Amino acid sequence: MEKDLGKEIMEMREYYRKGNTKHVTWRRAQLKGLLSFLAEKEVEIFRVLNLDLGKNYVEAFRDEVGLLKKSLNLALKDLRTWMASKEAKLPSIALLSYAELVPEPLGLILVISSWNFPMGLSLEPLIGAIAAGNAVVIKPSELAPASSSLLANALPNYLDTQAIKVIEGGPAVGQQLLHHKWDKIFFTGSTKVGRIIMSEAAKNLTPVTLELGGKCPAILDSLSWSWDKEVAINRIIGAKYGSCAGQACISIDYLLVEKPFSSTVMELMKALIKKMYGDNPRESHSISRIINKHHFLRLKDLLTDQKVKDCIVYGGSMDEDSLFIEPTILVDPPLESAMMTEEIFGPLLPIITVRNFDVLLKHVWRERSLFLVLKIQGFFLGSWIRLKTVLILSIQGLNH
Amino acid sequence: MASEVEKKAVFDIDSAKEVVQELRASFVAGKTKDYEWRRTQLKAMLKMMDENEPQIVAALRDDLSKPELESSIYEIAMLKNSCKLALKKMKHWMMPEKAKTSLATFPSSAEIVSEPLGVVLVISAWNYPLLLSLDPVIGAIAAGNAIVLKPSEISPATASLLAKLVANYMDSSCIKVVEGAVPETTALLEQKWDKIMYTGNGRIGRIVMAAAAKHLTPVVLELGGKCPVIVDSGINLQVATRRIIAGKWGCNNGQACISPDYIITTKDYAVELVRLPVYVYICNLVLFNLSSQALFILQVDSFKCELERFYGKNPLESKDLSRVVNSNHFARLLKLLDEDKVSSKIVYGGERDKSNLKIAPTILLDVPQDSLIMNEEIFGPLLPIITIDKVEDSFDLINSGTKPLAAYMFTNNKKLKEKFVEKVSAGGLVINDTTVHLAEPTLPFGGVGDSGMGAYHGKFSFDTFSHKKAVLYRSFAGDAPLRYPPYTNGKLRLLKALLGGSILGIIRALMGWSKA
Repeated sequence: MEKDLGKEIMEMREYYRKGNTKHVTWRRAQLKGLLSFLAEKEVEIFRVLNLDLGKNYVEAFRDEVGLLKKSLNLALKDLRTWMASKEAKLPSIALLSYAELVPEPLGLILVISSWNFPMGLSLEPLIGAIAAGNAVVIKPSELAPASSSLLANALPNYLDTQAIKVIEGGPAVGQQLLHHKWDKIFFTGSTKVGRIIMSEAAKNLTPVTLELGGKCPAILDSLSWSWDKEVAINRIIGAKYGSCAGQACISIDYLLVEKPFSSTVMELMKALIKKMYGDNPRESHSISRIINKHHFLRLKDLLTDQKVKDCIVYGGSMDEDSLFIEPTILVDPPLESAMMTEEIFGPLLPIITVRNFDVLLKHVWRERSLFLVLKIQGFFLGSWIRLKTVLILSIQGLNH
Repeated sequence: MASEVEKKAVFDIDSAKEVVQELRASFVAGKTKDYEWRRTQLKAMLKMMDENEPQIVAALRDDLSKPELESSIYEIAMLKNSCKLALKKMKHWMMPEKAKTSLATFPSSAEIVSEPLGVVLVISAWNYPLLLSLDPVIGAIAAGNAIVLKPSEISPATASLLAKLVANYMDSSCIKVVEGAVPETTALLEQKWDKIMYTGNGRIGRIVMAAAAKHLTPVVLELGGKCPVIVDSGINLQVATRRIIAGKWGCNNGQACISPDYIITTKDYAVELVRLPVYVYICNLVLFNLSSQALFILQVDSFKCELERFYGKNPLESKDLSRVVNSNHFARLLKLLDEDKVSSKIVYGGERDKSNLKIAPTILLDVPQDSLIMNEEIFGPLLPIITIDKVEDSFDLINSGTKPLAAYMFTNNKKLKEKFVEKVSAGGLVINDTTVHLAEPTLPFGGVGDSGMGAYHGKFSFDTFSHKKAVLYRSFAGDAPLRYPPYTNGKLRLLKALLGGSILGIIRALMGWSKA
């Protein structure tokens, strides 16, 4: 199997070397092929996402298919501009000279994607790689097997299989692929595997793009208008439970609020969760399930510590058979607990209450190396100015 | 106020940890973020070079026997320009860039905010020890980082001087020089950096990247390769020859990452390049754009003529050539030159002076493709000329090897220029000259494939040491329930229209006229 892989990759390289992927017509044809795939196979795509993750079809469109279509349309529209050489200004003394920046494809790209958005995270990088004129191998995650299968079986009907291939498999196949020389590796997943990928890439001086994660905090300022409060909480709920049940790299991991405001937040959250998901969230079919037993048990473990368990104020029920965890809120779990030191990646929302913003920002600033997204809810004149001032003060070290 | 670390006898892992901790504290306290701080450091660097030019020239002469002109122009002047450009443009570079938003997030506004990465490590090389140390540091300062610079131990006089000058002129709580060799570099590489920039060879580049991988530290690797020069016929041969000589022997005697490594030309034309002149160069003014046959008859200036003009009859004595940096590299170059199937191909030069580490400018004709000299980066004063039948064959020859840092072509043929740019992949290309693209701050300087990753110079330096943070601003107004559960077909229709981006589509969806 390894020898076949090597041969396949060599053939791809030869095909690329002959210039088959360079021309704009080839690139457009592939991008249009992807659009056709998304249109013609939409029902299938919704089906496999539901199979792998229990994802509702509206969520699947909103978070994966719709975004892919948007990207494809943009790429098709702007491709020629992206491909064009751009003049580089030279000083007037350089008479009779002309300089330009010429975009050229890197060559053979390896895209390794994750299981939580198996379509989106496989195809979004593919769009970029094709637009840039490369040959591509995609290795979708084996943890979303139905999606991986669909990609492997259907894509060949829409794309040039001599330049774009889907290779299915788990860590063993991933390792084999990494032994070969690529011109770029694009990886979406955990920091642990990210390190392995970069170490392997170093052997061939292959540049990498690593889309990893972290504990994305949301800071919720004390809001006074009820409309603002509702919008803010809705957005927080949507980001936490509505996008693959919190199993997304940019999901809100935990929420920071000021103590006096925290009870309002909790009550509002409980009410709005009920409004969105009904009395029985599992029956609503609007929340994805946990990807597999391993992650389910990982999340269950986060709650085994009695000190953490005692902090649950809403939800908490888990069903191992259906791998379902209902939207759960905790208040002030201990900061040293696993819940607060590891990326949660699930529908458990810790609310950390702080006395005031100075303390809050010290915490946030200290942990800044872990952020992917910092959401500051509170774009309302008075409190925004206060928050901005505090941010500046904190940066200047006045955070006692 | 210098920390005790540099005064310790051995710079080990603990010392490295201490240095990083100190710099991180300075960074977190916000010292390096401040615009005025960045300006002060850059101005201090300018002053440092103004006030110490003779010492710098002397150190470079010690380390490399570098001619004063090369030191003054290719190192000091280039650095000063870099500094001045950063001082002039920094405020503009620091400003957030507005980004367009689409219907999908309407109403919203967005920007891309450049923020410093944090604490960065710059490991530089020995051949341009001042330039390759301080040019990245300029970018790192402009971007607001704290910095450790590790200059190469193979150019010890410059490394020492840098350590002394940086400590005297710049803010040592944020910018430090750590001298040393492999053990010290290893200790530094064990630490967590926010970016590492390394200039040197591919073997060490791999080690640096592997060390960086443990901490998920992004890297810029400025490596090398065999930079080819394609010489077409029908050109101003004298100008071409001079430019090749300037790029080769005029750049640290061929010891530069973008020095022409070897020449590719057609069999007919090769003779022209090397033949001894009969008429003096006045003929050349007439010869511009004539065919190779005509040139053959008239006999023109060539490498031999120009080399003699530049370096005299006895180039080993010339003060205008750097020496080979040390005995290791001297032995390495002799190994390339004295290989059996190669030594017979010398058509000019070949003399060597072991005691002074000098090798005369040497030209070889038609060395075999499998010789050592054609399979590793030469990095010295040896110039092989490879001949082919048609000039277009040169593209395949170049692409059969690893991607170099630069590739050059001398031609007046427009179609050939286009083909060259289209077919040859290298970090940078220059047509009708060599190496000068390095001086243009509007061009990113960096490699591709084996010649490296990432780029710098000008704004590219600032960008390379910054994190481009995406920021999206939304208001509470206009929050549509369509993105939240409970999910319905109606919501799907609307979402399709919204992500499709057309207002008409949205109206149709709202009216229920579109499909779910």
